[in-house]
Amino acid sequence: MAVTIPSDAAPPPGRTSLAFPARRPGLTLAAAAGVLVVGTTLLVLLLDRKAPGILTGAVVEALAHPATAPLILKAGVLGWLAEGWGLGEPWLGLASISLSLFTIVAVFMGLFALTSIVERKVLARIQNRYGPNRAGLWGLLQPVADGIKMLTKEDIVPAGGDRWMHLLAPVMLAVPAFLVLALLPYGPGMTVVELGVGILFFFALGASAEVAVFMAGWSSNNKYSLLGAMRAIAQMISYEMPLLLAALAVVMLAGTLSPTLMVEAQAGHAFGFVPQWFVFTPWGLVGFVLFFIAALAESNRSPFDLPEGESELVAGHMTEYSGFRYAVFFLAEYIGLFGICGFAVALFLGGWHAPLPVLDFIPGYLWFFLKLYGLVLLAIWIRGTMPRVRIDQLLAFSWLFLIPTGFCVLAGAALWHFTGGGWLGWLVVTPVVTAPYFLLLPRLQSAEANALRTYRFSEE
Amino acid sequence: MNLTRAAPWPAGTAPFADPGETELLELSLGPQHPSTHGVFRMNALLDGETVVRLQPVFGYLHRNHEQLAERMSYLASMPFTDRLDYFCSLTNNWAYALTVEKLAGLEVPERAEYLRVILAELTRLQNHTVFLGFLLGDMGAWGSVLMYGFRQRDAVLDLFEALTGSRMMCDYLRFGGCRCDLPPGWAAAARLVVDSYPGFLDEMEQLLTENEILRARTMGIGGVEAKRLVNAGVSGPLLRAAGLSHDLRKVDRYGIYDRFSFRIPLGEKGDVYDRLMIRLLEMRESLNILDSALRDLPEGPVINPQAKLRNFRPPAGEAYGRIESPKGELGFYLISDQSPQPYRYRVRPPSLINLTLLEEMCVGAKIADVMVILGSIDIVLGEVDR
Repeated sequence: MAVTIPSDAAPPPGRTSLAFPARRPGLTLAAAAGVLVVGTTLLVLLLDRKAPGILTGAVVEALAHPATAPLILKAGVLGWLAEGWGLGEPWLGLASISLSLFTIVAVFMGLFALTSIVERKVLARIQNRYGPNRAGLWGLLQPVADGIKMLTKEDIVPAGGDRWMHLLAPVMLAVPAFLVLALLPYGPGMTVVELGVGILFFFALGASAEVAVFMAGWSSNNKYSLLGAMRAIAQMISYEMPLLLAALAVVMLAGTLSPTLMVEAQAGHAFGFVPQWFVFTPWGLVGFVLFFIAALAESNRSPFDLPEGESELVAGHMTEYSGFRYAVFFLAEYIGLFGICGFAVALFLGGWHAPLPVLDFIPGYLWFFLKLYGLVLLAIWIRGTMPRVRIDQLLAFSWLFLIPTGFCVLAGAALWHFTGGGWLGWLVVTPVVTAPYFLLLPRLQSAEANALRTYRFSEE
Repeated sequence: MNLTRAAPWPAGTAPFADPGETELLELSLGPQHPSTHGVFRMNALLDGETVVRLQPVFGYLHRNHEQLAERMSYLASMPFTDRLDYFCSLTNNWAYALTVEKLAGLEVPERAEYLRVILAELTRLQNHTVFLGFLLGDMGAWGSVLMYGFRQRDAVLDLFEALTGSRMMCDYLRFGGCRCDLPPGWAAAARLVVDSYPGFLDEMEQLLTENEILRARTMGIGGVEAKRLVNAGVSGPLLRAAGLSHDLRKVDRYGIYDRFSFRIPLGEKGDVYDRLMIRLLEMRESLNILDSALRDLPEGPVINPQAKLRNFRPPAGEAYGRIESPKGELGFYLISDQSPQPYRYRVRPPSLINLTLLEEMCVGAKIADVMVILGSIDIVLGEVDR
C-alpha cells in the first residue's frame, strides 16, 4: 500500500527516465560461460601437449559419463602426470590426495562465496528488501567485494588480550570444519578419506570447535566475548548429545560407522518409487528433525545463535575480531554448516541416491549437493522467520526434550529392526518416537504461558 | 509440573554457595550497543547470565532542549519539539501547542481539531507499528518484522510528507490551529492507508501472537505490580498492560476526543507479551477514531485568525498541558512573564519516566531479557535525554 505523491524530480542528464537502465543478464551470463568453456578447452589442449591424448581423452570420457566424471578426470590427470612428467610413487599418491583435497576445498570455497550472497539475498526477499545488487550482475560479485574489504581492514588484537590464542582461535575453528568435508560421501567411490569410523571422527571434530570458540572468547579480554564463549560451551555440549543419539540410531540400523556404507544401506525404492531413505521411516523422520535442530545449534544458526546473540552480546565471541581473522570465523561457520548438513544428507536423506528411479540419470554427486543446499536454504529460511531463544530455554529444550526424544529414537530404531519394518513397524515405532512430543514438550513451559490470553476493554 | 524452573537447592548444599568461589560480572551495556535504542547505557551486575543489579545511565544525547527554549520565542521551539520523540513529531507538536493555547487562552477551529486528531492517531499507528519491529529485533528476529512494519509505516510517512513537507520532523501545528490546510486528495489517500491497516494488523497478529519462541520470550517477563507503576509515575501502554485504565484521551478529553467512541484495551499481567498485545489492540481502536474523524472532517479555517505568529506574548501565568502520546503522558509546563520567551519551559517525557522501574523489571531476569524489557518500554533517546 503506497500513496502516490507526485514527484518533479528530473532524470539525470543522458537518461530519459528515473528507472534503472535495462540489464542484459542473459548476455552477460552467456559471455561468462563462453569464456569459461573456451578458456578451459584451450588450457586442456595446451597441457595435453606434454603427454598427447591422455588429458583430452579423459575430458571426452568424462563428458560421455557424467555420473563418474570426477573419478575419470582424476585418473586422467594422474595418468598425465605419470606419462608426461614421469612421476612415480610416492609422488603419485601425494598428487592423488592433493587433487581430491584441492577439488573439495575449491568446491566448498565456491559454495561459501555463493551462500554468503544467497543468504543475504534470500533474507532480503523474506524481509521485503532487495539485498546486495550493486557489485556485478545481481550482486554476484559481492563476495569478492566483501573479501577485499575484509583483507584490507586493520587486524586488531585487543589490549590485554592473549595474542597467540587470539591468533589461533579462528584457525582452530576452520581446520576441523574443513576436515569434516573429507569424510562426506559425495557419490559412489567419491569419499576423499574412506574412514571406517567416519562418524566417530566427525563427532570428535565437532567437539574441538568448542575449544576454538572458548579460546576466542577468553583471549579477547572482553566481557561480551567471555559471556558469548560461555554460552557457546554450554550450548555445544548440550546439543552434541541429541546429534549423537540421532546418528546412533542410523549406526544401529545400518550396522556401520562409515558414512559411505550408511548411504549404501539406503539404496533402492519400495514399490518402485518410495526411496528407502531413513527419513522415510518413523524413527528416521524424528531422528532427522532432531539431527537438523541440533545441527542448527551446533553451527550457531538462528534461532540458536546465542553465542553471537547480537541483541545483547554485540557479537559474542567474535566481538573483538576484525579483518582477516573475522573472515576466517565467518568461513569456518559456513563450512561447518555445510559439513553438518552434508552429514544430515548422508545419514537420513539417502546421500547420493536419486529420489525417483527415473531421475537416476542425474549424477549422484549433484543429488548430494542439491540436498545439501536444500538444507542450507532451510536454515536461511528459519533465520528469516524466528526470534532467538533464551539461554535457559535453549538448555532446557535440549536436556528435557531433545535428549529424551533421542533415546526414544534409539528405542524406535531397535523396534523397527525387530519388527522388520513394514506396517507393523510403523504401528509400533510411531507412538514410541512421537511420545516425547506429546508428553514432554507441553511441560517445557508453564501452563500459564501455554494458555491463550484474553483482553478486556474499558470504555472509560 | 514445570520443567524449566528447577527447585532451589536445599539450604547449605548449593555447589557454589561460597561467595569466595564465584564472582559477579559487571557489564556496561551501551552507549555503543546494537540494541539500546540509541545511546542509552546500563551498568549491569551479572551472576552468570542473571541480572543482579542494573543501573541506567542517561545523558549521552543531552541537547539542552529546555534551556534553549527559554532563550527563544514560543514558536521557535516548535521545530525543536519534533526532535524529542522523533518517531512522533506531530504528537509532540500537539502537546506543546496545547500548553501554549492553555496559557494564552486561544481557541482552536473545529477543522484544525479534527486534523490534529487524525494526525495524532496516524502517529500512534506508525509508532506502534515500528515498535513491534524493534521489539522483535531485540528478540533476535532481525529485520523481518521490522521491514514489514516499515513498509506499512512508509504509507503513513508519505501522508505526512504530502501534508507537512517532511516525513519525520513535521513541525505542522501552530498555536491556535495548524500551519496549512490539506492538499487536494489527501483525505482520500489517508482513507486508503487507514483501510489497508486492518489487513496488515491481521498479518502481524498471525505472525506474532502464536509464535512459540515469542511467547516463551515475552510471557512472565518484566511484569511489575500495578501499584508500583502508579507510584513511579509510569503512564501509557505500560500502565494499561498492567490493567489500569488510564488514557488521557478519556481522562482529560483534550481536543475533541469526547466526540469519538473508542475503547481502551487492558492487560492483566503487565508483562512484555501484554505490552505487545495492548499496542496491537490500541492500533485497532485508533483505526476506529480515524475512520470517524475522516468521515466527519468539517470545512472551515485551520487556524484561529486571532493567533499572532509574530511578537507573541502570552499573559503572565503558568500552564501544564498534557496529551496521550503513543508512549505515555507527554506534558509541557510553561511559565510566562509576558515576555516573548517562556520564563520556564519544562517537558515531562514519558520515555524517561517510564524507565524509572527498569531495574525492578530486570532484576532476576536473564541478560537477554533486559533488552526485550527495554524494548517493550518503547523509549526514544531524543526524549529521554532532551
